[in-house]
Amino acid sequence: MAKKFKTRLKVKEKGGKVNVKAIVSHPMLTGLTKDKKGNKIPEHFIQEVVVTANDKVVMTANWGPAVSKDPYISFDYEGQSGDVVKLAWTDNQDNKGEAEKKVK
Amino acid sequence: MKRRSFLKNTLAVTATGAAIGTGLVVPGVALAKEEKANPFKATSLEEALKAAGITEHEESDKITVKAPDLAENAAVVPVEVNSSLEDVSEIRIFIAENPTPHAANFAMGEGSEAIVKCRFKMGKSSDVIGVVKSGDKYYSAKKAVKVTKGGCGG
Repeated sequence: MAKKFKTRLKVKEKGGKVNVKAIVSHPMLTGLTKDKKGNKIPEHFIQEVVVTANDKVVMTANWGPAVSKDPYISFDYEGQSGDVVKLAWTDNQDNKGEAEKKVK
Repeated sequence: MKRRSFLKNTLAVTATGAAIGTGLVVPGVALAKEEKANPFKATSLEEALKAAGITEHEESDKITVKAPDLAENAAVVPVEVNSSLEDVSEIRIFIAENPTPHAANFAMGEGSEAIVKCRFKMGKSSDVIGVVKSGDKYYSAKKAVKVTKGGCGG
């Protein structure tokens, strides 16, 4: 099965702070759900998200399966326009994804 | 007949032998050890707190956990944790009644604001607890969220 995960990233600067918003399209299965035959669907979720700005880590998130499907995240850091924000994630089945944006 | 059963037996023996020999059995033991220290695997709030290294936490009004009083969709509960405390290095979010209460852990880097927004699944009505690490101490705040229909498992 071809799997496609889309990572969308938005960065916005306002008064010395940069707001980072991101959405990853990912199923985030908990491992508790069952299919129609009653078999358990194995867990599949994003474990780690690393956000860097100009190669400096501004946030690392470790997630469990309790995070919703198509996870959304938003946070602020002190930065300025021109910063290059990069978001990279890894899930428990070793799928990886990343997105990069320059702060306007 | 004898030859057939002989073949069968040897095949079975070599198969199990190979499994042990290549170390197929060993990783299971290693995994079990790792799970013990992993707060995401803990099934009760106390265990999860312990696994996360939080022995005691103080309730603080400098932390706000924003979440709806009544979740319309338990599979997507927007939660915001923000804090006016200084020197925040870590924000953890626990959902007390979930099968695995430790929901997420955000390690904040230098210059990051202590504010995080994220969406979570909730099994049933429960407290959402935000634990913030400031300096060497943990502070917490909670918010009760009512859920009419569970979002974990079907």
